[in-house]
Amino acid sequence: MILSDALAILPLILLIVWAMIVLLIDLWIPKGRKGITALLTVIGLAVALVLTVMQANSPTSAFSGMIKVDGFSVFLNILYLASGIAGVAISFDYLNRMDLQHGEYYVLMLFSIAGAMLISYAADLIIIFLGIELLSIPLYVLAGIARSQGSSEESSLKYFLLGTFASAFILFGIAWLYGAGGTTNLAGLVTAIPDGLNSAGALPMLLAGAGFLVAGIGFKVAVVPFHAWMPDVYQGAPAPVTGFMSVVAKAAGFAALMRVLFIALTTETGDVTPVLAAIALLTMIVGNVVAIAQSNLKRMLAYSSIANAGYLLMALVPYSNPAVQADSVASALFYLAAYALTSFGAWAVITMMEKGEIQGSEFSDIAGLGKKNPLLAAALSVMMLSFTGVPLTLGFWGKFYLFRTAIEGGFIWLAVAGLLTTLVSAYYYLRVVVMMFFRDGDPDLKYSFWASTVVFFGALGLVVLAFFPDMMFGLATKAVLLLK
Amino acid sequence: MNLGSTPLIWVTFFPLAGVLIILFLKPEWKKAIRWTALITSLAVFGLSVWVLALFNAANPDAQLGVNQAWFTLGGNQISFHLGVDGLSILLLLLTTLLSPIAILSTWKAIEEKVKGFMIFFLLLEVGLVGVFLALDMVLFYIFWEFTLVPMYFLIGLWGAERRIYATLKFFLYTMAGSLLMLAGILFVGLKYGGFDLTTLTSTANIPLTVQMWLFVAFGLAFAIKVPVWPLHSWLPDAHTEAPTAGSVILAGVLLKMGTYGFLRFNLPLFPQATIQAAPYVAALGIVGILYAAMVAYRQQDVKRLVAYSSIAHLGFVMLGLFALDQLSVEGAILQMVNHGLSTGALFLIIGFIYERRHTHQMDAFGGLWKVMPVMGSLALVVTLSSAGLPGLNGFVGEFNILVGAFGSKALGSPWFAGVATLGVILAAVYLLHMFQRVFLGPVTHEENLKLKDMSLREIIVLVPILILIFWIGIAPQTFLNLIAPAVEKLLSVVSAAGLALV
Repeated sequence: MILSDALAILPLILLIVWAMIVLLIDLWIPKGRKGITALLTVIGLAVALVLTVMQANSPTSAFSGMIKVDGFSVFLNILYLASGIAGVAISFDYLNRMDLQHGEYYVLMLFSIAGAMLISYAADLIIIFLGIELLSIPLYVLAGIARSQGSSEESSLKYFLLGTFASAFILFGIAWLYGAGGTTNLAGLVTAIPDGLNSAGALPMLLAGAGFLVAGIGFKVAVVPFHAWMPDVYQGAPAPVTGFMSVVAKAAGFAALMRVLFIALTTETGDVTPVLAAIALLTMIVGNVVAIAQSNLKRMLAYSSIANAGYLLMALVPYSNPAVQADSVASALFYLAAYALTSFGAWAVITMMEKGEIQGSEFSDIAGLGKKNPLLAAALSVMMLSFTGVPLTLGFWGKFYLFRTAIEGGFIWLAVAGLLTTLVSAYYYLRVVVMMFFRDGDPDLKYSFWASTVVFFGALGLVVLAFFPDMMFGLATKAVLLLK
Repeated sequence: MNLGSTPLIWVTFFPLAGVLIILFLKPEWKKAIRWTALITSLAVFGLSVWVLALFNAANPDAQLGVNQAWFTLGGNQISFHLGVDGLSILLLLLTTLLSPIAILSTWKAIEEKVKGFMIFFLLLEVGLVGVFLALDMVLFYIFWEFTLVPMYFLIGLWGAERRIYATLKFFLYTMAGSLLMLAGILFVGLKYGGFDLTTLTSTANIPLTVQMWLFVAFGLAFAIKVPVWPLHSWLPDAHTEAPTAGSVILAGVLLKMGTYGFLRFNLPLFPQATIQAAPYVAALGIVGILYAAMVAYRQQDVKRLVAYSSIAHLGFVMLGLFALDQLSVEGAILQMVNHGLSTGALFLIIGFIYERRHTHQMDAFGGLWKVMPVMGSLALVVTLSSAGLPGLNGFVGEFNILVGAFGSKALGSPWFAGVATLGVILAAVYLLHMFQRVFLGPVTHEENLKLKDMSLREIIVLVPILILIFWIGIAPQTFLNLIAPAVEKLLSVVSAAGLALV
């Protein structure tokens, strides 16, 4: 490792070193004053954020081509680091209330973000695998952090078993691809594979590799039919962990998928477009339809998260069409940013509702919130409208751009099907609004300043940015220009 | 950009000023909130009169335009493009006129959560005005879809017993249509040169089969909104459950978004598909007229009856639009306004009675004229205007539509107009039947004996509408002159495409 390599991934190195330092310092911080740990965590994230922003205009390659610092990684890393700060904000009061205030919570979060960042830098399959593991293992622990509660333990174990299973798939896929191309470098695969095909047996190897890889990453981002673990895990894990997971793990999974698709699998022989189209369609339908039947908010949001993965995947379907590629990536990135704002806002409200042992997150528990806390209820309504994709929220532009990409790529049937599933989603998102405003009840909401701040910040961002979408479009588009 | 020279921006966004003020008023200051909302909406009406004063009726094109680049998306320019032409000017005025009237009607009717009500109402006005003025497809869609949100809350929070069911049904029905339209908008924008309507109508040359698909995608959204039979089932529920002011705006303006959409998008953008589809759409309109008339006759709930009468009236509008004849299209546009006035007034009167008796069931009434002569006489004028009595506004619209449809080349048969004429008779039947059951005969219920006649406020609410009912009925040319040049231009586009078809 030479100095320039280290400089290229400075934010990542800083985050990991900082995480270890925080872990040490935390030993001397007394139980009642864990606010210091949280603050230190936020400082680390903020410094890494500044360093990442400084990278924006100097794309480089490091570690003999295994690491790529480009607009794509900068955009996503900003998203992860900001999500980390939001994650700490929604966690702090919750952890106090549930008597879970341990220093390692924040440290695990930092490690997990480091994993996500590593994926966004990845230009090599091995790095992608390393990143996914570094992202996932802390998350397994975080899901089980409320270890006195059965639901949390169950969630953690399920996530761990299925997650490692998926990791095995990814590793297996990487092995096949290595067999086909003789390299694990993403760009190298493109050049190697046409030659490799001349030797007998390379084509099935390539297809098997691509298939295993897509299935493994599909597990991580929870697209149908690899989604079954998600509702249980989302429901059982402590609410702030789920909120954090729903944004960072999802974005990181899609980042891995995009790196693989747009760089390594663009050749005609490796084209997986039909598979992606089928998965996207299934995911949109199953996610939205099953969400209707849920009576628990966490499960509803889990299925909503599955459905959103379907919409994101829909934009990636025409990935092999060079004319659409730029829009395809930009729209997915844009949607992820809008999704992050919306999702954090929604989960922040649930952290204030949750009572432990998955109590307090039923639909009926928020009945009457509109009367008791009108501002919070209004903000949550903005989230729901943004999830639905109603205009004058950022979610509308997100969907607008995704569907536009699908139509531009010629997948009109997919876009129409997706739009119709949006209609289904309107039903269950509006049910939240109905509950809060049109039904009477006495919601037991434990007010948290930091979580409320996330909610209001999210709602404000969703509405205000909707009037100036070009700013975010611009950032997302810039991220693509530097992708290759 | 000089704001003084952009009346359209003012008229669209001025209600937001009212919203901003109301946001800072305490919920208990109901009077201040009501007056702020009323003054704001009156100011918007004043602004729309200013627009009318600047409007050049002889010019068929969009005027007073505001065209500001908003942002580009993958090579497509999306603009903030507003403009007004003969197709939209009357609907703009209708919206801004009905809004203060509706707000004034809530003085006694809305006592709870006045602040929220007025905020949503003014937001709704922004959306409605925007829909009629937008000349960029994406901007149009934003306004179009945005109107759902305030309406959803207006019905859901201040509605009657089954409001949650009704408001959800309203939202989902409308959204189902508009999502297909969004797909259509994206497709047109991507394949045929951008989202700007003014350039699209002159340059888009869409092949016939594609036109057919797009006609359906856009048409479904509009047909649900109108509503065209058989997509109408959300309307009676929404109307019955909505508060009076909501019903007035729903019937008066929201439904016109659908018919206006046909006029603004389907006719000029997909002219060949329009010509091919015209007889079928007109037939659906006629089925709607007859079906709704028969169903209306059997209603016990007076609000439901008027809701079904809306479906019938808008059937006439659809027939007029798709007869594709100068007279009939002019009549259809005028009929949109007429329906807004008459049905709006009917809902207001029903609301006044409801405030006194707290029921919509016709059985509970009877002989009300003896107790409330002023209300009875005003209600008679409005009922007759809705039924299309010559000398009042309804007649002018229906007559133009029927005459135009009778000789229409696009429909190809006088039978369309012939059958539709039955609808005029049926309208008289169910409307007079209603009037008789509510106002005539002996007073059958004792509690009706003590009802107070209309207050000054209530009379003020109705007077502007009554003036227009007579004005349009006696001197329709004033209004038709505003419409005619734009209609002529629109039909020349359609018939030019028709020649290419043969």
